[in-house]
Amino acid sequence: MESFGWATLYPEILLLVAACVILLVDLRVTDTRRTLTYALTLLAIGAASVIAGMQALSGQTAYGFSNMVVNDPMGNWLKCFAGIAMMITLVYGRPYAADREMTRGGELFTLGMFSLLGMFVMISGNNFLVVYLGLELLTLSSYALVALRRDHGQSTEAAMKYFVLGAMASGFLLYGLSMLYGATGSLDIGQVIKAVSTGQIRHQVLVFGLVFIVAGLAFKLGVAPFHMWVPDVYQGAPTAVTLIIGGATKLAAFAMLMRLLVEGLLPLAFDWQQMLAVMAVVSLVIGNLAAIAQTNFKRLLAYSTISQMGFVLLGLMSGVVNGNASAAYNAYSSAMFYMVTYVLTTLASFGVILMLAREGFESEEISDLAGLGRRSPLGAAVLSVSMFSLAGLPPLVGFYAKLSVLQALITTGLSVYIAIAVFAVILSLIGAFYYIRIVKVMYFDASIQPVRVNAPTDVRVVLAVNGGLILLLGLLPSGLMKICADAIVKTLGS
Amino acid sequence: MGWLSLAIWTPIVFGVISLLLGREGQQNIVRWLALIGSLIGLAVTLPVIAGFRIGTATMQFVERHPWVERFNIHYHLGVDGLSMWFVPLTAFITVIVVIAAWEVITDRVHQYMGAFLILSGLMIGVFSSLDGILFYTFFEATLIPMYLIIGIWGGANKIYAAFKFFLYTLLGSLLTLIALIYLYNASGGSFDIATWHRLPLSMTAQSLIFFAFLAAFAVKVPMWPVHTWLPDVHVEAPTGGSAVLAAIMLKLGAYGFLRFSLPIAPDAAHHWAWLMITFSIIAVVYVGLVAMVQKDMKKLVAYSSVAHMGFVTLGFFIFNDLGMAGGIVQMIAHGFVSAAMFLSIGVLYDRVHSREISAYGGVVNKMPRFAAFALLFAMANCGLPGTAGFVGEWMVILAAVKFNFWVGLLSATALILGAAYTLWMYKRVYLGPVANHHVEELTDINGREFFIMALLAAATLYMGVYPKPFTDVMDASVANLLQHVAQSKLR
Repeated sequence: MESFGWATLYPEILLLVAACVILLVDLRVTDTRRTLTYALTLLAIGAASVIAGMQALSGQTAYGFSNMVVNDPMGNWLKCFAGIAMMITLVYGRPYAADREMTRGGELFTLGMFSLLGMFVMISGNNFLVVYLGLELLTLSSYALVALRRDHGQSTEAAMKYFVLGAMASGFLLYGLSMLYGATGSLDIGQVIKAVSTGQIRHQVLVFGLVFIVAGLAFKLGVAPFHMWVPDVYQGAPTAVTLIIGGATKLAAFAMLMRLLVEGLLPLAFDWQQMLAVMAVVSLVIGNLAAIAQTNFKRLLAYSTISQMGFVLLGLMSGVVNGNASAAYNAYSSAMFYMVTYVLTTLASFGVILMLAREGFESEEISDLAGLGRRSPLGAAVLSVSMFSLAGLPPLVGFYAKLSVLQALITTGLSVYIAIAVFAVILSLIGAFYYIRIVKVMYFDASIQPVRVNAPTDVRVVLAVNGGLILLLGLLPSGLMKICADAIVKTLGS
Repeated sequence: MGWLSLAIWTPIVFGVISLLLGREGQQNIVRWLALIGSLIGLAVTLPVIAGFRIGTATMQFVERHPWVERFNIHYHLGVDGLSMWFVPLTAFITVIVVIAAWEVITDRVHQYMGAFLILSGLMIGVFSSLDGILFYTFFEATLIPMYLIIGIWGGANKIYAAFKFFLYTLLGSLLTLIALIYLYNASGGSFDIATWHRLPLSMTAQSLIFFAFLAAFAVKVPMWPVHTWLPDVHVEAPTGGSAVLAAIMLKLGAYGFLRFSLPIAPDAAHHWAWLMITFSIIAVVYVGLVAMVQKDMKKLVAYSSVAHMGFVTLGFFIFNDLGMAGGIVQMIAHGFVSAAMFLSIGVLYDRVHSREISAYGGVVNKMPRFAAFALLFAMANCGLPGTAGFVGEWMVILAAVKFNFWVGLLSATALILGAAYTLWMYKRVYLGPVANHHVEELTDINGREFFIMALLAAATLYMGVYPKPFTDVMDASVANLLQHVAQSKLR
């Protein structure tokens, strides 16, 4: 009897069971801060991350459920990181949610777990439909999460926008996948790439499907010109939920890009790399320029995300040069490193916003940060570290992220790519302007809000560790780089 | 752990401790902590001076450990005759700055001291890095503390100055990063600077690399025409910030020419030397004239710094040993003299809270001891023989005359211009009758101020009278660099 390969899905199974159990347990919880639910959720996600991490360390690749899912080092590391990111998000988000009556029920936690489950399924998917299924589980949970403050106008509006645009993007993606299915006769990623490699299939049909797939992916990733929803949703969603969308989810989106474009359609790299190149450049321009004008900090971070995602695309598009994929490992692992460190930095910046928010006060305007250096030395220090890191200054981890991606671009030796690298560097100078403006507001401006910041101990500790990691990984980036490189090599090499 | 690592990390560790410990009300503890930290930082640079072997161009005190394996980046330190003196110089200026801030800075003392100590370690790191990325890391990281120093403790227009400083310097260094990555690929995956020195490169590549480095280093030096940030920043920065900026930070750029531009792209350096010489001469003559008409003392000294740094770059790009050694001597001398000039202005500013020349007059009547020191530093600034300022300028002028008479003539005008703007300022501020009631109320310098003035005066005079210890150290390295630059790297 062929085994199902249950082991390939242990983290997912654990999460699913835990989410259902915690949903039931939560019915009995009367505490408005949901301490029990919170603890159980962290425990479950922690356990799932540990399992994923252990599987990642073993370095094995295994297929399960008749090749429907794959368990490989890249996926396992991404799952592990996504789980940790979700835990950190919940730690930061709980006091915020409790102050806004978002924890009258345990939805934040269970929906968070379901969205994480969606991410895990997306990451594990080795079949177009499984990837799509994971994506839908993730996005449906996210729609509900954005609307969690149902009596709050802005949240509802954001949820509506997110839902309509998100559904359209899913449609695009599904349409593109169906074109490929029609052309290749298979939904299995391994079969698709074999069929495409033969060169028997009409290029036109493939590219037609590819355009829709790339558009759908770009939507989910939030890169220009498919970025319209990003600022509105980032601003409108409750900050804790914004962090779910802007943090862990990005890791899953990266996995989806890798699965569909690289593992499924690498022979079409010439076509999709051009699309990525255009989107990357447009994202860098729009993200960086629009961020300058923002007064709302969450909106600023949204535009900054757009430009940072542009950088990830720069890494992804340098894998194949003139049909030669020898630089692919280098390029894709640099993109993965960029994404992981970006998520780490985003967690810290939103963590500070969440820490500063009080009952009835969102603390999302840039001016709300004035004088933070005196009011909360920890918060100001962590936020400065994140901002300098996003700006790409050494000795912070953002520098090595940018270095890896630029190196991947320049290694291609193509003059267009080198020109793009110079262009990206000049735009990151513009980026530096608005990042250091945040530092300026925190340290140079006098405080408008003379209130001292009080935050629970768990938030303070996690925030300090998070900020410390940005610095530590900047000083000693080798370990994480090796993880990313190994993950990509072992995953694509098999 | 070698001496260079200690010199880098001692101030950084003390800086971090003072950042962490600091609370309002513990200011004295922080001050003493910073003083002890900076003194230990200076003490650990003494073995570097004592143990430095003269007469060889090889790197000394070398430390090399793998750092980031994936990119073959090493924690690779070492000094030669070009860089050795800047290590103790930086530590020395840091001690001065800590003492100078003792009673003056009362707001957020722990952050002030922490920022300066960390900055000191980072700058020593720049001078002793032998790995491209390590150099870049230190070079860029200095922006963060300096940005905060200007923005928090600066004058009225501090925000503008902090942004101008940050963005101006960042633009240059980002282009350098591209050049570093290009060299990494061209050398088959190495960030080792010595490897790059031997790497053959085409003329186009050399020119592009040369200009990418120029973008970073010219801004930092600063050379005409990208010098405009310096006066704005100096005016707004606190006294200690100005002193460190002028004394050490500007040298990071000039040092970059020696370590990167000249040896990595020697053919491009020769090819574009005319441009560099032109810029340098304009800096010396034109910026010297601009200094003359300044109303603000700090601005005047800032423009004078640009002019003096023009001498440094001029010395480098006429490619003879006298000029290059003169340029380096001028860098060290300017470190002492410019720090002293800015600290003198700080002494006045702390009492009167004005930098305008017209707000003063007849200071000598009320502060005779201070006026004596100020006169010495003014003389050093205009290059009086017997002071530090003379040695480097004289060497560069001699070299320039040897290179081309007209270049020598133009550069020599600096002696006249320097004397004119410095002494004219001295006359208006210090001499004559007491100008107003602010000056009437002035009190002479106290023991602490006397101490730092005396230290700087001793250094200025020592270097002016007996520069041999400084030139001996650099001779072999300068000769080696010139020999290297004379050979074409074209394939």
